[in-house]
Amino acid sequence: MSAKTQSPVGSEAIELKGWLAAHKYLLLRRTTQLLFLALFLIGPWFGIWWVKGNLAASMTLDILPLADPLMLLQSALAGHWPEQTALVGALIVAVTYALIGGRVYCSWVCPINIVTDASHWLHDRLGLPKGWQPKANTRYFMLTAILIASAMTGTLAFELVNPITMLHRGLVFGLGFAWTFVIGIFLFDVLLARRGWCSHLCPVGAFYGLLGSKALLRVSATDRAACDDCMDCFAVCPEMHVITPALRGRSEDTPIILSRDCTNCGRCIDVCSVSVFQFTHRFDQRPSPGRTSGKSKLAHKATEAA
Amino acid sequence: MSTNAKKPANPDRRRFLTEVARGSAGCALAGMGLAWLAKEAQALPATAIRPPGALAEEAFLAACVRCGLCVRDCPYDTLTLAELGRDAAATGTPFFTARTIPCEMCDDIPCVVACPTGALDPALDVIDDADMGVAVLIDEEHCLNALGLRCDVCYRVCPLIDEAITLEQSHNARSGHHAIFMPTVHADKCTGCGKCEKSCVLPGESAIRVLPTRLARVEPAEHYRLGWENREKIVDELIDLPDRLPGPGTDNLKAPGGFEQEFKPTFSLPQGSKGQ
Repeated sequence: MSAKTQSPVGSEAIELKGWLAAHKYLLLRRTTQLLFLALFLIGPWFGIWWVKGNLAASMTLDILPLADPLMLLQSALAGHWPEQTALVGALIVAVTYALIGGRVYCSWVCPINIVTDASHWLHDRLGLPKGWQPKANTRYFMLTAILIASAMTGTLAFELVNPITMLHRGLVFGLGFAWTFVIGIFLFDVLLARRGWCSHLCPVGAFYGLLGSKALLRVSATDRAACDDCMDCFAVCPEMHVITPALRGRSEDTPIILSRDCTNCGRCIDVCSVSVFQFTHRFDQRPSPGRTSGKSKLAHKATEAA
Repeated sequence: MSTNAKKPANPDRRRFLTEVARGSAGCALAGMGLAWLAKEAQALPATAIRPPGALAEEAFLAACVRCGLCVRDCPYDTLTLAELGRDAAATGTPFFTARTIPCEMCDDIPCVVACPTGALDPALDVIDDADMGVAVLIDEEHCLNALGLRCDVCYRVCPLIDEAITLEQSHNARSGHHAIFMPTVHADKCTGCGKCEKSCVLPGESAIRVLPTRLARVEPAEHYRLGWENREKIVDELIDLPDRLPGPGTDNLKAPGGFEQEFKPTFSLPQGSKGQ
């Protein structure tokens, strides 16, 4: 390991590219998150009803219906076949995320992302141990559990505890005690499990991951030969296991991050001082040589370990 | 045999089995927790009335995605979404409290139109057919009309005046020469809008309240045939028993109010059996 790994994450990128460029996607992402929230809030706050409803289902400008496909899936399993408006809305949402990456919802829209990113920041500042790290596929068990529970209880089971809809609905319609769930998630991520909720447990993330498993928009380690092993991308990535196969692959392997867990947040692009990563599409065939022999031993080890 | 026993079985298989067991256990625990919560959440308080067209509570909880579009399109701000821990209805589902803001029974039923999932049944197109609940005169001892006064407010604000609520006149036995105009709800007409509950002049709670139908109504006694509704005889050859009028003994129409003069009982009780 080089001495670079000791310097704060992203400091080199800031030095080389400037602070703004080294936070480009982070800033864009926060803006988008707040923009989506604002769209829902300008109605109740200022009486500008561009968007009515919340992330479960909404109506934009009185013509565009949108609905959360997972919500309708739970509803269908609970025994209700939704009306056409909701079905059309869910279809629009599903197709969009299937194209741009399911977990784009997680990193660019979901209001809980801001909470868990804050937890992660605090977790890092406090230098806490990573804590309980459930297997990456635990979220699929969670997804199965909520779907079975919906079918068995005949209600939208996850909606009783879903911190995402609770927070969003709470902000738009009135919070009640829903903030306890949000604080719960925050503390869980800070004290019990690093990136525990979004990256290990959240069934909504799991669902959107599956939805976008063949998404067109992808991050690619196009210039992976330039990688200097500073490890900053691994440090910022909420799903770091997705990077290894692309970054450490051999010349004949694809540099595109194909894992459905990738949230397309673009933080790896931000923090890389040597600009290894960029957004591209799934079928990008540009050759991307692996790294030179000196580093490839380490690369192979990493690939095997993954 | 002994070498076999020492050698661990295929570690991959073992790991796989452990993982599946773990996964299922976690899955079951999470599922059971949710199921328990779901059962808790199904208890809807009596004061929380669902919007017009709402499916039966159980089906409603399967259909409503808690988006609040019905709340937004209600022009009278009647509906609210239940907040966790504050309102006892299932979190995020719409309801109204009649005593606070009743349903104004809009002709175009905007809440039903807004519902994207059909949790509010789009088949409801005439608001008078809505079945949000049933008004019940719950406290006859404090209702002013029941006391013999002429309040009549619930009757007068009822959008289905003289259909859903009528005033039934009866003798006021207390004063002896006044009438009681009893507000009487006809459940088949009542939509449960709650305007009567809202307008009741009593200071705190209302004497007439909208209750969810499951609380206000019971299963009818369908195994009884009501003679005034069902005039044909059940059996063709019924035994025609003599009609009787009130009076002592076994008198009949021939001698209303008493025995026929020449009547003699055919038997008498044995002497001395009295008191035994």
